[in-house]
Parts: sequence; structure tokens; C-alpha cells
Amino acid sequence: MDPRPKIEARNLNFFYGAKRALKDLNIACHERKVTAIIGPSGCGKSTFIRTLNRMNDVVAGTRVKGDILVDGTSILGPKVDVVELRKRIGMVFQKPNPFPKSIFDNVAYGLRINGMAGSREHLEEVVEKSLREAALWEEVKDRLKENAFSLSGGQQQRLCIARALAVEPEVILFDEPCSAIDPIATAKIEDLIERLKSTYTVVIVTHNMQQAARVSDYTAFLMMGELVEFGDTRTIFTAPSQKLTEDYITGRFG
Amino acid sequence: MKRRLSFRKAAVQAFGFFGLRAATGLVLAVLVLILFDIGSKGAGTITWEFLSQPPRRGMTEGGIFPAIYGTLLVTLITAVLAVPLGMGAAVYLNEYARKNRLTRLIRLSIRNLSGVPSIVYGLFGVILFVNIFKFGTSVLSAGLTLGLLTLPWTITASEEALKQVPNAYREGALALGATKWQSIRTNVLPYALPGMLTGTVLGLARAAGETAPIMFTGAAFSLPILPQSVKDQFMALPYHLYIMATQHHDIGKVRPLAYGTALVLIALVLGMNLGAVILRYRLRRRQRRF
Repeated sequence: MDPRPKIEARNLNFFYGAKRALKDLNIACHERKVTAIIGPSGCGKSTFIRTLNRMNDVVAGTRVKGDILVDGTSILGPKVDVVELRKRIGMVFQKPNPFPKSIFDNVAYGLRINGMAGSREHLEEVVEKSLREAALWEEVKDRLKENAFSLSGGQQQRLCIARALAVEPEVILFDEPCSAIDPIATAKIEDLIERLKSTYTVVIVTHNMQQAARVSDYTAFLMMGELVEFGDTRTIFTAPSQKLTEDYITGRFG
Repeated sequence: MKRRLSFRKAAVQAFGFFGLRAATGLVLAVLVLILFDIGSKGAGTITWEFLSQPPRRGMTEGGIFPAIYGTLLVTLITAVLAVPLGMGAAVYLNEYARKNRLTRLIRLSIRNLSGVPSIVYGLFGVILFVNIFKFGTSVLSAGLTLGLLTLPWTITASEEALKQVPNAYREGALALGATKWQSIRTNVLPYALPGMLTGTVLGLARAAGETAPIMFTGAAFSLPILPQSVKDQFMALPYHLYIMATQHHDIGKVRPLAYGTALVLIALVLGMNLGAVILRYRLRRRQRRF
């Protein structure tokens, strides 16, 4: 493994009120690798990934204990610029959430609010580049002014990926990106993730074990908020050290 | 056995539907009856002179222009107070305030305020605006009093409109590095605005038809000239109607004028409501198309 991981959770605990949703997690996500988080529903996968860009801050009555380091620096604590952090760590949500704007304006949104839009030419350039990176350009290049809702579900999700890429993040978090999408569209997004990891660090939450096996380099298996096993994906899927992991990946429960 | 059961079900269903239709029909009938009564008796009075002239000879002749002007003016002042305050409070309550006992209490109070009788607002306005703030009995005091009356409606309607905006828009914007206010301004408010405006205009329309809150705060029985500033008294349609219908020394003689006034007032209020519906429709369509 690399000497210094891009993201590192250290004894991470998360509380919804009195309920402890994450228990002493230690997970490292390596630079330009794909880390998959798997586990049964309600195991804390989504909670974990949402702590990485502090999206849980918006949920009332929650509390974090432990630490998360990005490039060796803590991102918790009140002094951290959360807005800046979320620019560095992009996120793609479970359900495609395009904004009710044009395709172009969706991709341009992050640039505009962050004052990165610059000239019209520059903006158009970045929008095109992001759409190409998200493998959507060819399908939408003649209809950039159309409402994003006119796209299919899979296209909408790739649009959301393009929107995240446009602000030039270092990490992209995928929170079950394919759970609301058909198999063909899923395959496209998996291809895309494969290509993205040459530039970005990727963390993906998925309930689909085959997907984790296909796209990831490392896999973390969570159950009831606890880390059962963490290692490189091949080992987890061929020779897991824990009986629980084996039972889960062979489909005996979950 | 089987047939009898399904017959019973069908009968219950038919009876249920009949009841629901009758209820709807009854409500509609009342509205139609009111509109027809006022329309048929008031239409004859509506002339250009009626709309553009002040009353003459103790209201038995002439028109109601000062009252129309006064109502529009007081509604404008109401809007200036109620629209920004109402929308602002709604944004605070829905987007910023923590969901705790205090905000629940605030919300409950706002709901309760909308149930306070309008005469109470009127007396409150006399104390606060006329006496304490020393605005006198004026169109300003009356407008502000109506503003207070409208606020609970404006806040509630605006909050409902904000609730309709999916959370995914807020989170999506935040995840791209938007500040909370940026996400609200660019990704929540534009989509809530049609609903907010509709609710607000409906509230204003209600305020425009109120009599009790303006009776002691600024509305005048009769005025020789139009109000020259917001510190002047004014004539208003609902109050004018009230006087002609109950306080006039020759009620029989002014009856047609009273009907004409009622018709103008109803047309104004319905017009505002219709305007709100059209506004919402157009804003929604523009958003879908942009």
C-alpha cells in the first residue's frame, strides 16, 4: 500500500442523537484508487461516505468522534472551511439529482457559484471537457440548452458526475450511484469510474457486490456500523479472513 | 350472497359519491349565488363616472374613485410590510432554524395568529401604530395593521412552497461547494418563488377586503380630497360599503351604489386571486422551459 493514503478515517464514530451509527472505523482510501464500501442496508455505508465531505453537518442532532484526515490534515473541527472541502471532495448521490436548469447550466453551476466561470469561452470549454470526461458529450452536445430533466436516468447520473468533475475535485464520492439506474446505464457508469481513477481518488458505496468486485481496488465491509474487514478487493472476494465476510459476499445473508 | 354483497358495496359507493358531489355543489352554489346577486344588482351602477368620480350629495350620487384609490394604496403598503417580512421569516424558519421546541412554538404561534379575529388586529394597530409610533389615523397605520394580519398567511404559504423544493437540490448545491446561502438563493428560492408569490397575493387579497382593522386605524367616512401622503386618512372600498349598507341615513337610496361598490370590491379581490394563479402558471412554465 502507498505510504500516505489520500483519505484516512481514524477511530471514526458517528452518532444520530444517542444512536451510534459508526463504531471506531479505521479505513484508508488510497490516491487514484477505487475504494468500495459494502455491507447490508443500514450498516452505515452512506453515513460513512457522507462524513468524508461533511454532508452530515446538515443533519440536525448528529455528532462525530474520532478523526478524518485528507492529505494528512484533519477535516473535522470548526476551523475547517467546509465549502472549500466540498470543492475538493465531490459527491454523486444515490438518486440522480440534476437541477431544473439546462444541461449546460447544470455543469456550469459549480463553476459559477465558486467564481471559477471566467469568460464565456472558458466556461464552455470546461463544460465540454467535463461532459466528455463523464462520457456524455456525444449524446448531449446538440441539446445543451435543453432541460436536464429531459435526459434518461442514466444520462442524468452522468450529468451529475460531469457537474462534480467541473469544479476539479481531487476525490469523488459515489453514494450508491447505480441503485436507481438500469443495467446498461450501470455498465456505462462502471466504465466511467474505471477511467476516472487515473485522475481522481474514488470512494464508492454500493450494495451490489459484483459492482464492488468489478470496479474497486480496495473493499471495506461494514456491518452494523463496524468494520468487519478491509483489504484489497481480490483478497476480500477470494480469500476473506472473516467468516462473516465470506457469508455476506456469497449471498448467505444481506 | 355474493351478488347481494356487491350490490351493497355499489350502493354505499353511490351514496358516498353523491354526498361528496352534494357537498362540493353546495359550496359552489353559495359562491354562484353571491356573485349572481351582487352582479345582477350592481352591474347597472358600474359606469365610467362611478369608477372615476368621488361620491356626491351624501353618497347618494357620484362614484367611488377615492375608495378604489385608497384600497389600492393601503394594499400596497400592506405588501411592502408583509412580502419581505413574510418571505424572510419563511426562509429562516424552513432553511435555517433548528427543529426544536422553540421553533415549534414559533410555528404554532404563527398558525394561531392567523386565527385571531381581525378586529383584534385593528385595536392592536390603534395602540401600536396610531398611538405609540404616532403615525396617527392614517393610511400608513392601516396598511401596517393589515400587514400584520397578512403575515401569518404569507409566512405559512411561503414555508409550504419552500418545503416543496426537494432536498436533493440543496444537498446537490452544497456538495459542489456552495455556501448555504448560495444554495438557497440559486437552487431553492427560484423554484419556491411561484408558490410563495401565490400565497402572498392570496393573503393580500384577503387584506384588501378587510374592514375591521382599518376602521380605527385610518379609514375615513368621507374625504373631500385623496390622501396626499401616507400620514393622511383614506377611503376604502370595504369600509365605504359598510357605511352605505348600515350607517347611511338613507339606506334605501344608496342601495344600488352599495351593490356597485360590492361588485367592484369582489372584482378587485377575485382579480388579484386570478392574477396570482396566472403568475404561478407562467413562472412554472418558464421554469420547465427556460
